[in-house]
Amino acid sequence: MSILREKLENTSEQVFTAEFPSIDGGGMVSVEKNAARLAPWFDAVNATDNPAAHAHTSNTTTAIAMQMHGLEAIMQIVCRDKNRLAIQSDMMGAALHGITNISLLTGDDVTAGDEPEARRVFDVDSAQAINIARIMATGQYLSGRKINPAPDFYIGAVENAAAPPCDYRIQRALKKHRAGARFLQLQICYHPDRLEAFCRGVAEVAPDLKLIPTVVLMKGAKGLSFMNDKVPGIDVPVDTLKRVQSASDPSVEVNKLTLELAQHALTLPGVRGLHITDFRHDDTLAIFMNDLGRTPKRQG
Amino acid sequence: MLKKLLPFVEHAVKKPVWDCRMCGQCVLHSTGMTCPMTCPKTLRNGPCGGVRENGHCEVKPEMQCIWVKAYDRTVSLPLPKVWKEHYNELRPPVDMRLQGTSSWVNLVTKRDQQTPAGWSVGEN
Repeated sequence: MSILREKLENTSEQVFTAEFPSIDGGGMVSVEKNAARLAPWFDAVNATDNPAAHAHTSNTTTAIAMQMHGLEAIMQIVCRDKNRLAIQSDMMGAALHGITNISLLTGDDVTAGDEPEARRVFDVDSAQAINIARIMATGQYLSGRKINPAPDFYIGAVENAAAPPCDYRIQRALKKHRAGARFLQLQICYHPDRLEAFCRGVAEVAPDLKLIPTVVLMKGAKGLSFMNDKVPGIDVPVDTLKRVQSASDPSVEVNKLTLELAQHALTLPGVRGLHITDFRHDDTLAIFMNDLGRTPKRQG
Repeated sequence: MLKKLLPFVEHAVKKPVWDCRMCGQCVLHSTGMTCPMTCPKTLRNGPCGGVRENGHCEVKPEMQCIWVKAYDRTVSLPLPKVWKEHYNELRPPVDMRLQGTSSWVNLVTKRDQQTPAGWSVGEN
C-alpha cells in the first residue's frame, strides 16, 4: 500500500505533497538531486504530465525515476494529450512499476503552452478518466476486457475551489468522488473565504474525501501578480496584492501571507494536509515547514 | 432516406440555436440547454479549473464559460425538475462513431445510451 494511502485512509496524520520539477535533460542525476531535496519533507510528490501544456520528460518515466530514488510518486494524467487508450496504458505502465497513486485532471489547454498549434485531445474529461481508473481497479479495462490481477490504484483528482461557478464546485468534487476519487489536491487559492466555503461544503456531502489545499512559495510581489495575470483560474484579490507590493520587504511579506493561508487551510473541515508548490528551490521550504511545526524525516 | 434527411434537419434546427456540433448523443436537457461540445475542451462533466474570475473561458477570453452558463441556466430556467437533477450526473465519454448522426434517431433507438461494457461496473 502506498504511504499516501496508508496515511490518508488509516491514520489521522497530516500529509504533505509537492510538485516534482519538470525534467528537461540532466539525466538521472537531476532526478536524484530533486528527490533528495524533497524526500525529507514530503509523503508523496506529483509526477506531472506536461504541465502548463509544455512538453517535458513523460509522467510515467518521471514517476518511475522518482520511486527509484526513494520518493513516492503521485502520477498525474491530464486529458489534453492522450485519448482513452493512452490514458489506460499510462496507468497500466505505472502499475507495472509499482506506482499506484494516480491523479487525473483536465489539464491546461494547448494554447497555454509553447506549442499552441498542437491538436488538443480531450477524448475523455477528468471525471470520466477518474471513473476509468476506478473501473481498472476492479479488474477490467473500459471495454470490459479483464486485467488480472487488478491494479491497486489509489485515485486522486484536483479541483479549483475558487473559480466560477464557485457554488457548483462542491457538487463537482462530489461527482469526482462518486466516480472514484479518494483525495483532492486543490488549486492554489488566495481567497480564504472561498476555500473555507468549499471545504465545509465538501465535508458535508463527501466526508470521506480527503482535501489537500495548495500554497505556493514565491519570491515576492512579481510572482503574485504573474499568477493573477497569467495562470488561468487563479485570482489574487487587489488588497492581497497591495499588501505584498507595499511592504518594506515584499519577500518577507509574501512568506508571511503564505504561512497564514497554510495555517488557515489546515484548520478547515475535510483538510488532511497541504500541497506545496515551491518556485524558490532555496532554504524557504525548510523555514516554511519549520514554521508549520514540521521536522524533516531522517533519510535511511 | 429518413436516416440521411434527419441529421440535416436536426443540424438546421440546432446549429443556429445551440451551435450544435452533431455529436449524435445530445445532453442539452441536462446541461441547462447549453451545448458542452462548444467548450473548447469538449468537457461533458462540468467546468475545468481555468475559468476566469469574470466567468469567461480560459481558452477564449471573450466567451463566457459554457459551464458557467449551463449552471446559471439550470438554476434559473423553468426546466423540468428531472432535467435539473440530471445536471450533476456522470456523463459517459462520447462515442466518436456517432459523430454526424441524428441524436433524435439515437434517442429513439436508445443507441445513445450504449456505453462500453466496463463503464458502469460497480457504480456508486
